[in-house]
Amino acid sequence: MTFQLDATLAARRFAVSLSLGPTETIAILGPNGAGKSTLLSIISGLLRPDAGKATIGEKVLFDLDADKNIWRAPHTRGTALLAQEALLFPHLSALDNVAFGPRSAGASSAAARDTAMHWLTEVDADSLASRRPGQLSGGQAQRVAVARALAADPDLLLLDEPMAALDIHAAPLLRRLLKRVLAGRRAIIITHDILDALMLADRVIVLEDGRITEQGPTREVLEKPCSRFAAGLAGLNLVAGTVSDAGVTTAQGMVVAGQRDGTIEPGQDGVAVFPPSAVSVFLTEEHGSPRNSFQVIITDLEPHGDQIRVRAGRLSADITPAASADLGLTPGMSVYFVIKAAAIAIYPA
Amino acid sequence: MYRRSGTGYTGIPAWIYAIAAAGALFVLLPLMAMVARVNWSQFIPLVTSESSRTALGLSLRTSAASTAACIVLGVPLALILARSPFPGQRLLRAFVLLPLVLPPVVGGIALLYTFGRQGLLGKSLELAGIQIAFSTSAVVLAQTYVALPFLVVSLEGALRTAGNKYEAVAATLGARPGTVLRRVTIPLVLPGLVSGAVLSFARSLGEFGATLTFAGSLQGVTRTLPLEIYLQRETDADAAVALSLLLVAVAVAVVGLSYRRPRLGVAPEGAVR
Amino acid sequence: MRIASKHVTAVLVAGVLAAGLAGCGAGTSGAGSTSSAGASGTPRLSGAITVFAAASLKSTFAKLASDFEATNPGTKITLNFAGSSDLVTQITQGAPADVFASADTRNMAKLADAKLIDGAPANFATNVLEIAVPPSNPASISSFADLAKPGVKVVVCAPQVPCGAATETVEKAAGTTLAPVSEESSVTDVLGKVTSGEADAGLVYVTDVKTAGDKVKGIPFAESDQAVNTYPIATVGTSKNKELAQAFIAAVTGSEGKKVLSDAGFGTP
Repeated sequence: MTFQLDATLAARRFAVSLSLGPTETIAILGPNGAGKSTLLSIISGLLRPDAGKATIGEKVLFDLDADKNIWRAPHTRGTALLAQEALLFPHLSALDNVAFGPRSAGASSAAARDTAMHWLTEVDADSLASRRPGQLSGGQAQRVAVARALAADPDLLLLDEPMAALDIHAAPLLRRLLKRVLAGRRAIIITHDILDALMLADRVIVLEDGRITEQGPTREVLEKPCSRFAAGLAGLNLVAGTVSDAGVTTAQGMVVAGQRDGTIEPGQDGVAVFPPSAVSVFLTEEHGSPRNSFQVIITDLEPHGDQIRVRAGRLSADITPAASADLGLTPGMSVYFVIKAAAIAIYPA
Repeated sequence: MYRRSGTGYTGIPAWIYAIAAAGALFVLLPLMAMVARVNWSQFIPLVTSESSRTALGLSLRTSAASTAACIVLGVPLALILARSPFPGQRLLRAFVLLPLVLPPVVGGIALLYTFGRQGLLGKSLELAGIQIAFSTSAVVLAQTYVALPFLVVSLEGALRTAGNKYEAVAATLGARPGTVLRRVTIPLVLPGLVSGAVLSFARSLGEFGATLTFAGSLQGVTRTLPLEIYLQRETDADAAVALSLLLVAVAVAVVGLSYRRPRLGVAPEGAVR
Repeated sequence: MRIASKHVTAVLVAGVLAAGLAGCGAGTSGAGSTSSAGASGTPRLSGAITVFAAASLKSTFAKLASDFEATNPGTKITLNFAGSSDLVTQITQGAPADVFASADTRNMAKLADAKLIDGAPANFATNVLEIAVPPSNPASISSFADLAKPGVKVVVCAPQVPCGAATETVEKAAGTTLAPVSEESSVTDVLGKVTSGEADAGLVYVTDVKTAGDKVKGIPFAESDQAVNTYPIATVGTSKNKELAQAFIAAVTGSEGKKVLSDAGFGTP
């Protein structure tokens, strides 16, 4: 019962292929407008791609081959959608909202309510059963929405940034809840939050400009990102270029020296990855190998935990507030970012 | 949704109130002038005369029937206009809304050439044994024709405001389109549907021109309250005024009791009411 | 409301806006009074008057007014046609009329009761009912009794309006009771139902049949002389130019008036 998708939609420059095992959860990461919501709309049948095919086991969701042209209506796909907003039906109680899926599947009123109560209990919302959506907080409403999606017994659960609209107190609660209920289920979750990917997903897919630019097990992608987007999410600096004996040489001729992955050969495409905490900031150029020293212009200073994050274009450094004050750093200043070669990992792109 | 507290800042310049008052007076003054002309000693006998009661009963019955017809025809029209883009949609909307701006007598003439004995469909209908001319059905047809746009406009607005996010969610939960319409869409836009139906009913109640042209005027069959008023005016001004007041009272009762100010079909998520 | 004159419409609207305010009916109808006698000794007429006339007089009065203006240069006759009872309402509400020509004596009496006419009204024409049928005469109507045949769709005027009252009188005289499919409130509406083919027959005035031309066929019937409708004309009491008003009335009741009226199908009282 594998989920297989292969779809293109020219108008949105969208072309994605992916597959998902029966109990697998993947996180879709990517900048705004990368096509993440398009992906969910195509899977759930709300948007029709130009070409492609999607199946869950034997069930064909769509097959737009010229001679087949199969298009299954959304309500027969078994792909429940949970969006940023809970979108609980405002005229129904929480219980009846959750019972909506079972009722639609033909269950009797009583049986549907039993199922609904079970799922409300599962999301710790049984006490909210008789409330109207207008009487629920954002976090409560989203919990009920999770129960409603699960009660529909979907083959594939689609979650579109379910935590994005919640406040900082409600989000961790829902995240823990999702971790519990997504275990052993097939789900696709769109998120901007690396924590969601880490906690909830077995695998991540980075979507940029309608294409998959990176995918793999969550930990691996976060530890050894190949795309700037994934590196940014992981809070890492990433410099891409060609591998040379010295390290990685960028298209602009900048050379980054570092620890080469054993398998990589000079001439290959590679990336140099290092954390901001490994970057020191100096006002004058420092010499002495094995160190990297790059002259940069500070673009931004911002607090980052108990550190100050110094941003200079695509690179960043974390230093203590005291050091920042001593150096008298301000945006626009020209400084040197210095990194020990030992702190830089070089691996194939 | 906010309920105005009365102490909040409105941002309305003071002179607006003066013009608004003049506008309100412009509507109210003629009604008050009419009330002033009522012959109160004769009022009860006049409005309870047999012809008055028959006309009022007919008006209420036909208006209820036309409102039902407006709902049956108008809900699908509004759904298609609001939700399903297709070529010629703007044109269709313009035509559906035409009776709003058309003089009713023009509507009556158009209906005559459609459902009349010599009309486009009338001939076939007559062969099928259905005679519409001079029947109560003709009154209902005329009223439905002029009242339908009120329901469509009102409901289309509610549907557009509500959006189709809920419908999409309902579909992914496994609800077939019929279920979505019945359990999600209609309940969500119910306030818009109700106010549209009330407006249609009120418009049907006041319908005169199209009825006079198309249906004729016979007591108990086609002579609705407005036609009765028009006829009474010929001989008995007191009766006409009394019946006018009766019509105003019925209309005010219907509209006042069930028409709520237009509002979003759906409260924003999480909003405290 | 069927009001021909823009002037009257404006006055009525003003009347609604300024409900209760008096003195809006002065108008311009009386502007320019009769000048003194000329060298020949006959008074020269001048100025303008407004004539309120029953709708059925539209074509005849239009002709009479233009003839009158031609023979009396410097005069202006403004015409306003509507149902007689509408006209009475307008005049009692202060509309600026100088002459009132009614389609029946009852409405003229209403105005007389309100002391709004000058002197006694003069009867100048009569009208009788006639059966109007579509040119093809689908129900083969040839007599008044045919109208009562089952299945015949007859449209008449409601008893509240003059043509309907006349219809009731004729029914009694003929001993035939009609079962009309509609009782309209004006002759125009009755005629409309016949010309559109909705009705098999309608009862209207001889003059209406004549005006409708070949759109309807007229069928005279003997019983119609039981309900002869008399048209009276009078000067309105509030007229500012009674001399001109009386001159116009004289033209209507005189020989030239009689000719125009009888050409249109009216009878002489």
